[in-house]
Parts: sequence; structure tokens; C-alpha cells
Amino acid sequence: MRDVYVGGIGITTFTRLEYPLSEIAAYPAMMALKDAGIRDVDHLYVANMGSARVNHQTALASAVVDSLSLTPAGAAVIENGPASGASALKAGFAAVASGLHDVVLVSGAERMREVNNLEATDFVATLTHPLAEYIYGVTLPSHAAMFTRLYMEKYGLTERHLAMVAVKNQNNAMLNEFAHLHQPITIEGILDSPEAMTNNPYVAEPLRFFDACPVSDGGAAVILVSDDVAKTIDRPLIRLAGVGQATDTHAVHEREEPTDLLAVRRAAAQSFEMAGLRPEDVDVAELHDAFTILEIVESEEVGFFPKGEGHVALEKGETAIDGSLPINPSGGLKGKGHPVGATGVAQAHEIVTQLRGEAGDRQVDGPQVGFTCNFGGFGNNVVCLTFVREGR
Amino acid sequence: MAVDLERILRPVDNPLKPFEAKYMTLASGENMVVRQIDRDDVPDVLRHIEPLLHVERDFYDVVAARVYAELLAYYRHRMQDEYVLVAQVDGELVAVVNGREVTPGLGMSLHTIALRRGLRVGAHAFAAKMEYHIDTLGHQEVLIVAESPIGFRRWMIEYQLEKRFDTPHELGGVPSWALTKELFDRARSTLVVGRRPVPPEMLAKAEAKILPPSDPPTPPADLLAATRSLYDPTATALIAQRTLLGGEADNA
Repeated sequence: MRDVYVGGIGITTFTRLEYPLSEIAAYPAMMALKDAGIRDVDHLYVANMGSARVNHQTALASAVVDSLSLTPAGAAVIENGPASGASALKAGFAAVASGLHDVVLVSGAERMREVNNLEATDFVATLTHPLAEYIYGVTLPSHAAMFTRLYMEKYGLTERHLAMVAVKNQNNAMLNEFAHLHQPITIEGILDSPEAMTNNPYVAEPLRFFDACPVSDGGAAVILVSDDVAKTIDRPLIRLAGVGQATDTHAVHEREEPTDLLAVRRAAAQSFEMAGLRPEDVDVAELHDAFTILEIVESEEVGFFPKGEGHVALEKGETAIDGSLPINPSGGLKGKGHPVGATGVAQAHEIVTQLRGEAGDRQVDGPQVGFTCNFGGFGNNVVCLTFVREGR
Repeated sequence: MAVDLERILRPVDNPLKPFEAKYMTLASGENMVVRQIDRDDVPDVLRHIEPLLHVERDFYDVVAARVYAELLAYYRHRMQDEYVLVAQVDGELVAVVNGREVTPGLGMSLHTIALRRGLRVGAHAFAAKMEYHIDTLGHQEVLIVAESPIGFRRWMIEYQLEKRFDTPHELGGVPSWALTKELFDRARSTLVVGRRPVPPEMLAKAEAKILPPSDPPTPPADLLAATRSLYDPTATALIAQRTLLGGEADNA
């Protein structure tokens, strides 16, 4: 396999965007092309989960490649639930590493706020098992709530730990101009004050309002290039060094131990093995905190902390921007937002930004290795990526 | 002898019991003071409401225009028995609510407008307004309408308001909804928050100056947003259909 590098990156603000989905995909792609200083690409992958259902638009890649005037480059949509973004990056990685293409543009985009909140929640819930879960009214918040309750019983996690994740990530988002949420929150305001239960009511007990990510529109793009092309681009050299993907049972109740996220564990191990690195080598990570519980559990499953001790590291401040292993300096899905198809690409965008040393007020101190975990389904399809800064 | 026309035009207000200021902690950890203002304070509020007339999103333009008119009418003595409450964080204006007394037993809720979003400031201020009507003024019920889906969700759905469709509301003559004392009592434990007395320093800071909002709602990037807000992004219509308009089965 050939080495694969990041040539350029781009992103939109994550918020309610008032322009067409194809433009939400095209705008960050243009930013990435400008960032890389290149004009032509061999292939375009568009990561998206819901255009057909939410936006009444199919064949999105055909629209985007034309919007960008990149025809006759190849173009295809990658749909893999909330892991669509990193799945598209994996496809781009394979295309460049195999020698099939030299320049692949990966753009993730979602416009979820075209529909109301209930429809958006229902749309995401369609990733659950149709006969064993969906027909019984299971949504992702209810899935996460049941998971959280089990985890609390088994590992001593409390609502305070969840609130600590919410505060950390939403306040990190204050430092990110592209983030959806720009309202600081405090433990007192969402947990301890007499008004906390009204400010932060249960959505699906034990998860509260501020334990969930917002419904966002947004797009992000990454250009992957071969070694030869990377040498011509005057940007810091970031290599996509490891790619891992694993699956688990579609229905959560079929898992032997529901509190284990085996797909996360296996995808991370694959990614580290390919990169020739270990979890302790990672300097900064973006984990898939669609719900606060997931940041804690993923931080254990990928190997950063022993099982059941993620919340202890959180308590010690190890996952803060100035901690020993900053997690979600971008604000994560919780603070930055979660336009589902774009999220995996946006995670990569943040890691590349951090490794380049261009993250401004949220910059982690001198990172050389970055890691992303893009969590699809309820842990049934996970993609992990490892990035390494090299040379210049 | 000349007729004093102003004496004819100007309503004679009935004295309303004052609203006792209270405060609450927001999700941000900041303390928000809700207090009553006098006529002399109105110009300070109006200058912060005026920019919202041009925010064609979530009906801010309509609500701001009507709030502006109601507060100006209060200031210029052209509204009977009106009151105005403001919500402030460190002096900064974050919400305005107003209403009036129709009869000793009936209140008329006029408007609630939030100048900072995402922290339930509007919901907290509305709850304070209802508390004023029910607990302080002793109204048996308050007539309410909403101009936006967000307002409808916050008031009609969250408080489970009763229909008073045979009574036109003063805002546009549309059918009214009513918050009764019984409904308010039911909502106290979950929706009505706040502590009294307000610490003197906190209250003094609020009273010293009404500061401009630091993060007010802004106009949409394009006017399509104004249209899209009509599409009910909060799913209020669907919830209303299920919980209020759909009959008892869905309430069970």
C-alpha cells in the first residue's frame, strides 16, 4: 500500500444552514481545495446519511461534483449511518493507498434541520433494527439511556460525570468558531442549582437535555493524496496512518455484554496496528459523543483508559484541553454539533487542524498523533482513524 | 374653557400590586433577575427591542413590533392596567414580558420576548409573569395566545392550557387559551422556578442600568429562513395534535 496524506481540509459552521444540501457539501470542499492549492481531483466521495429521506434528494454526489465543476471525476455517495463520514474517508484511503487514484476529495454533509425535531429523531432511529427495536419505539436517546443505566450500575458512573462531559465539551465549543453551541454551561446551572431540573430536564432518564448533542446542519471536507502529490502541497504533512472498522450485532440486546462496545474496541485496535502505534501514543482525540456517556465509554474501549475508569480520568481533568490526553477539543458532537453524515469528516478536520497547530485558542500542546472514533448505529458499525504529523 | 383632551385619552390605571423581584440560576451558571420596571425605564428597553423588528426568524419581527407598541403605549399612557417585567443577567437585558389586568379576576398575557436564546430565559420569564398574575394579582385565569410555534410549545403544550376559543384575545382577536390557577399549581414543581429575596447587590446591579443584550437574535442569512420558520421546525404542530388537539387517548 502507498502512504496516504491529508492535502487539504475545509468545514462549514455547524448550525441551521439555510442553503441547499449540495452547497453544504460543496462549500467545505472548495475550502479544502483552496487549502491544498489544487484544482483537480480524481474522485469524490460524499458522506451523507439522510438526503433521500430528509431532503428529498438522491444521487447527491452527482450534484456535488457538478457544483464543484469537477466533472468528469468519479463521484459516489457513502451512506453508513452516523459513521458515513469516516467510512467515506476509509474508501478514499483505500483508493489512494491502492494506487487507483492520487487525489480523492471526501466531503461529508447533512441538512437535518430541514425537518422538525421529531422527524429528525425518527430519521436517525431508522438505523436501529427494524423488527427488534424500531417498531417498539426505540430511538437513539432511549438506546443511550438504557445503556447508561447499565453502565452506571456496573461501573459506578453518576449523572455528575455525564454533566462534566457536557460542561467540558460545550465550553470547548466556545473556542471553536464553527461549533453549533456557543452557550457556556456550568455544573451548578445544569445539575446543582435549585433550578437545574428545569434548566436540564430528563430526556430519557438518566440522560438529560444537556447530555445529548444538538441536531445540526453542516459539512466538512478532507482531501486525501498520494505521497507524490503531498510533496507538492505546501502544508504541514499529516499522514492518515491507520484505518480500522468493525461491526457488532445490529440489535443491541443480542450482545453478550451490552456494556461492551466491541466494535469500538476492534476498530481502534485495527487502526493502531496499521499505524504501528498504541493508544498511549495518542496526543489528541475526537470521540463520538452523541451522548455524554459515549465519550467516557469510547475512551475506555479504544484503550486510553482501563475499562470502567474513563470517568476517573475525566474527574482528574486528563481529558481537558490542557490535560494529558485532550478529548474533543472541538466541542465534540455535544458542543460542535452532529450533522450525522458530516461528523466523521469533521472529526478528521479537527485532528488535522490540531496536528497542524492551527487550532487557535483550543490548540492542544504540540500533538504529533491524533485519533478519531466515528460511531455508527448504536455501536454496530464503527470506524477509527489514526493521524500522524510527519516532517515539516 | 378648553377641553383637556389628554385627560380623556389617558386611561386611569388601577393600582396593581407590585411584583416582588426574584432570581434563578441559568444553565450557564449565571443568575438571572426578574423584576418589574416603571414607565421611566421603558425607553431603555425599547432601544434594545427595536433591532428585533428586523429579525425575520421565528416571528421575532411580529413579536418585537407588538412588544414595542405595547411598551410605548404603556410609556405614553395609552394602555390600561399594563405591567412590564424584565429579566437581566448582570444588568444585561435578556427577556421582556408584559401583560395587563382585564378585571380583578382575569389577566391578559401580552408578550414574552427572549433576547438571549438557548438557556430558557423566555420560559423562566413567562413563568414569572404567570406567577404574578395568579399569586400576586389573584387572577383566576390568564388569557394567552402564541404567535410562534416556539411560544405555542412553551405555553399551550407545556402548561396544558385550556381552550377559551369563544373569547377573542387582545392580540389580533384570535381565539384565546387560558392558564387557570389549577393548571398553574400543577406546573409549579417543574416549570416555575426562582428564589426570593434577591440579594441586594444583585438587585442593585439590575436596577442600576439596563444593559444591551450581548448575543441578541440576528436576521437570517436569507429571507427563506422566515418562510422556513412557518414549517414548524420544533414539531409543535405534531405534538399539539397528539397532546392537545387529538383527544384524551393520547393524553393517557
